Amino acid sequence: MESLGNIILYFIVAIAIIAFSLLTVTTRKILRSATYLLFVLFATAIIYFQMDYQFLGAVQIAVYAGGIMVLFVFAIMLTQKPGQDADALASHRRWLGLSAALGGVALCGYGLFSYAGFARRVLSSDVDVTMEKIGQFLLSTDKFGYLLPFEAISVLLLACIIGGVVIARRR
Amino acid sequence: MPLSLAIIVVVLPLVMFLFLGLVGVKMGRKITGVIGVLAMLVDTILAYGVALTYFFGSGEGQIVDGVRQAVVVANPAWLSFTDTLVVRMGVLVDPIAAMMLVVITTVSLMVHLYSLGYMSDHDGNAEKGFQRYYAFLALFTFSMLGLVVATNIFQIFVFFEMVGLSSYLLIGFYYSTPAANHANKKAFIVTRLADLFFLLGIMILSFYTKTFDFEQLVFGPTMSGSLETAQSAISTTGGATFLGCSVVAWALTFIFIGGAGKSAMYPLHIWLPDAMEGPTPVSALIHAATMVVAGVFLVARLFPLYVLVQGAMNVILVVGAFTAFYAAAIACTQSDIKRALAFSTISQIAFMMTSLAVSSNNNSLIEIHHGYGLGYMASMFHLFTHAMFKALLFLCAGAIIHAVHSNENDKMHGLHKFMPITSICFLIGCLAIAGIPPFAGFFSKDEILVAAYQRGLGWGLWMSMVACMTAFYMFRIYYLIFFWKKHEVHDEHHAPKDQPWTMTVPLIILAAISCVAGFVPFHDLVTWDGKALHTALDWTVAGSSVAVALLGIGLATIMYRKENPLPERMANSMRGLWTASYKRFYMDELYQFITHKVIFQGICVPIAWFDRHIIDGFFNLLANTTNSVSYGIRRMQSGSIQAYVYFYLIGALLLAAITMVCVLF
Amino acid sequence: MDLTLFMYLIPSLIMFGCGVYGFITRKNMIAIMISLELMLNSVDINFVVFNRYLFPGQMDGMFFSLFAIAIAAAETALVLAIIINVFRIAKNVDINQITKLKF
Repeated sequence: MESLGNIILYFIVAIAIIAFSLLTVTTRKILRSATYLLFVLFATAIIYFQMDYQFLGAVQIAVYAGGIMVLFVFAIMLTQKPGQDADALASHRRWLGLSAALGGVALCGYGLFSYAGFARRVLSSDVDVTMEKIGQFLLSTDKFGYLLPFEAISVLLLACIIGGVVIARRR
Repeated sequence: MPLSLAIIVVVLPLVMFLFLGLVGVKMGRKITGVIGVLAMLVDTILAYGVALTYFFGSGEGQIVDGVRQAVVVANPAWLSFTDTLVVRMGVLVDPIAAMMLVVITTVSLMVHLYSLGYMSDHDGNAEKGFQRYYAFLALFTFSMLGLVVATNIFQIFVFFEMVGLSSYLLIGFYYSTPAANHANKKAFIVTRLADLFFLLGIMILSFYTKTFDFEQLVFGPTMSGSLETAQSAISTTGGATFLGCSVVAWALTFIFIGGAGKSAMYPLHIWLPDAMEGPTPVSALIHAATMVVAGVFLVARLFPLYVLVQGAMNVILVVGAFTAFYAAAIACTQSDIKRALAFSTISQIAFMMTSLAVSSNNNSLIEIHHGYGLGYMASMFHLFTHAMFKALLFLCAGAIIHAVHSNENDKMHGLHKFMPITSICFLIGCLAIAGIPPFAGFFSKDEILVAAYQRGLGWGLWMSMVACMTAFYMFRIYYLIFFWKKHEVHDEHHAPKDQPWTMTVPLIILAAISCVAGFVPFHDLVTWDGKALHTALDWTVAGSSVAVALLGIGLATIMYRKENPLPERMANSMRGLWTASYKRFYMDELYQFITHKVIFQGICVPIAWFDRHIIDGFFNLLANTTNSVSYGIRRMQSGSIQAYVYFYLIGALLLAAITMVCVLF
Repeated sequence: MDLTLFMYLIPSLIMFGCGVYGFITRKNMIAIMISLELMLNSVDINFVVFNRYLFPGQMDGMFFSLFAIAIAAAETALVLAIIINVFRIAKNVDINQITKLKF
C-alpha cells in the first residue's frame, strides 16, 4: 500500500506526461513545443525519483533538461523567425501519423492488457542505490560492471565534440 | 650462304611490319617508304642467296643419288594436341619453296619500289596512310613467305588466313570509298568460305593420317616427293569411305576448294575482279603474282597425294579447264583494264591448275616421251613466269591509270606517243603472256600444252584454244590502250607521260626478267620428286602454240589496231553473247540471287523475325514488366525519412500483430 | 491502491505514440528531433521501471538509461549542428524543401 502522497504525485506526473506529450506534438509554435518537451522531461525525472533512482533523475534534469534543451532553444532561435507558426498540417499527413501512432498504441496497449501479468506487480520497497554503488558498477570490470560501455561512451562523446565542431565551423 | 638464312628471309618482313606499323606513324611518309624498300631489298638479296645456294650450291646434302632433297631448316613445335599430333611452325626449303621465295621477294621488291611513286600525287607528295600501306605490304610479304616455307599443312592454313587478312586490309586501303569496302568484304567472305572447306579437309586428313607434316604425308625418308610415302599415308585411313568416295578423296577435294577460293577458280572467282578496287601495286603483288597462286602451290605441295587420288585430280582438271576458258571469254570484252587483267589472271592460274591435273592419269604419272610429272614442272614454271609478266602488266596498268586517272580504256587510246617506255614494257608483257618466243610465257605455256596433249587430244586442243584467246584479249587491251585512235589531250600541262623513275625502273626490270625467265632450266631444278626431268622442245606442239598465238594477235590487230567499226559490228551480230560476256556471264547476279533471294529471304529473314519477335519479345516482356512495376512503386523510394519511418512502423506493427495472432491460436 | 508497473507503462506508451505522431507529421526538422526525444524518453522510462519492478536487486536498466541519455545528448548536439549548417545553406529547415541531393 503506497502512501497517499505518492499516489497523488503519480497521478500528477502521469497526467502531466500525457498532456505535455500531446501538446508537444500538436502545438504549432516550435518554441512552445520545446518548452512542453522540457516539462515532459521534468515529469520523467520525477518518475525516476519515485523509483528511488536519484542519480538518474539528477542526470535527467542536468543533461536533458539542462543541456539538450538549451541546445534546442539555441537551434530554434537560430533558424526560426520570431512568432512564426508552423504551417497547418495537410490532412493526409495527419491521418498517416494518427494511424501509425494509434495503431502502435492500440497494439501495445492490447498486448499489455492481455498478456503482461507481471505488469500487475507492485513496487518492492527499500532498494539501496547509493552513489557509491553506482560509481563502483560504472568502473568495475566484474560481472555487471560497466567500465567498457563507460569508456566507449567517453570516446563517443569525444567524437561527437569533434564532429560538432567540424560541422558547425564556418568555412 | 647457309640455308638457315631462309628464317631471316621470312621473319624480316614481319619485323618490318611491326616497325613500320608501330613506329612509322611517328616518321615522315617518304622515309617510311624508303625504309620499307631497303628492307625488302635486303630480303630479296637474302632470298636469292638462299635459292642459289639451294639449287646450285654444294654441300648440306641437297642432292643425294640425283634426287634434290627438301631441307628442313627449323621446325619448332607450336601447338601440341597429342604426342603424335603436333602443329609445328617451321621453315622448309625445297624446289618450289625456293622458287616461291624468289618470286615473292622479287615482285614484292618491285611493288615496294613502284609504290613510292604510285602512292604519291604528281608533285611527289605521299598519300595519307602511306605508312599503313607499307606496313600492310610487309605483313603480306611475311604471310606469303611463311606460307611457302611451311613444313606442315596446318602452318599453310594459318598463313593462308594471314594472306587473306592482308589482302583484305590492302583491298580496303581506301577505306573511305564504299566500293573498296564492298570489295574487301566480298574477297574476305568468299575466301573464308573456301577456307572453311580447307579446314575441313585438313581435319579429315589429319584425323586419319595422324599427322600434319609434309614429311610424313608426301616426302618420306628421301625428303623428296614420293608416291610410296603418299601411298602409305593413304593406307593409314584403312580404306574408309564416305558417300562412296574414300575419305582421302573428300579431304583432298576440300583442300582443293580452299585453294580454289584463294586462286579464284570458278565458281569462287567472283571476288578477284572486285579486288581491283585496291591500289594497283597491290593488285600486282597480291592479286596477280603471289597470293592467287597459293591454291596452285597448295595442290603442288600435296601433289603425290593428288596423283594417287584420281577423283580429286579430275575435279581439279575439270574446274581448271573450264575456268581457263570462262575467264578468257570474259576478258575479251571487259572495258576496265584492271578487270580485264584480273580475268586474264584467273585464266592463267587455271592454266597452272590444269597443268597440275593433267600430269597424272589412273593413279600414275603420265610418261610418254618426256618423263614423269611434266605437268607439275610446267605448272611451276608458268607460275614463275606468269608472276613476272603479270606483275609487269599490272604495274604498267598502274602507270597508265596514274597518268590518265581512269580505269576505262575509252579514256586511254593512243597513249603510245605519250608513254613510250610503258608501252614497250606492256608490249613485252603481252608477248610473254601470248606465248611468243623467246619471251618467258612461250616456254612455260608450251610445256603446259605438251602436258595437256599427253593427257588427251581433247584437253590439248581446249587449252590451245584458250591460249589463242589469251593472245587475242591481251592484244585487244594493248591496242585499245596505246593505239586505236589519237589521244585527246584536254590540258597540255597534264598530258599523260611516263611516270617517275621509281615507277619505270620496276617496269624495266620486270620486262627484262620476262624476256629471259624462259631460259631458266626449270626441268632440272623444279620437279615433283627432285629428279631432273629430261625434256626437249616438242616442235609440233611449240609450233602450233606459236601459230595459235599469232592467230590471236593477228585477229586483235585487224580488229583493234586502228579505229574501225569491225568490233562494234561483231558485238552487234553476237549481242547476246557479247553482253553475257561483258556482264561476266551473270555470275555476280547469280550469287546475288542465291544469297539475297534464296538465303536471305528464305532462311535469314524468318530466323531474324523469330529472333526479333519471339526471343527478343520474351526478354522485352520481362524488361517492360519490370519497368512498369518499378514505375508503379518508385514513389516508395521517395527519400522522405518520415515515409520510411511510417513504413517501418507499419511493418513492425504487422509483424507484432501476426505474432499475437499466432500466439492466440 | 497500489502503483503497479502497469500504471507507469501507460504514460510511457502514450508518450511514445505522441513521438511517432510528431515524427511522421512534422515538417520542421527541429520538431522532428523533439519528437525523437519524446520517443527516447519513453524508452528510458520503460528501462527504469522494468528494472525497478522486476529486478530490484540489479541496476542494468538504470545504467542503460544513463547511457541512453548520454548518447541522446551527443546525437542531439550533432544533429542540431547539422541542422544549423543546412539552414545556412538552404535558409530553411523544412524537411520537404531540402531536396538538393535527391535524384
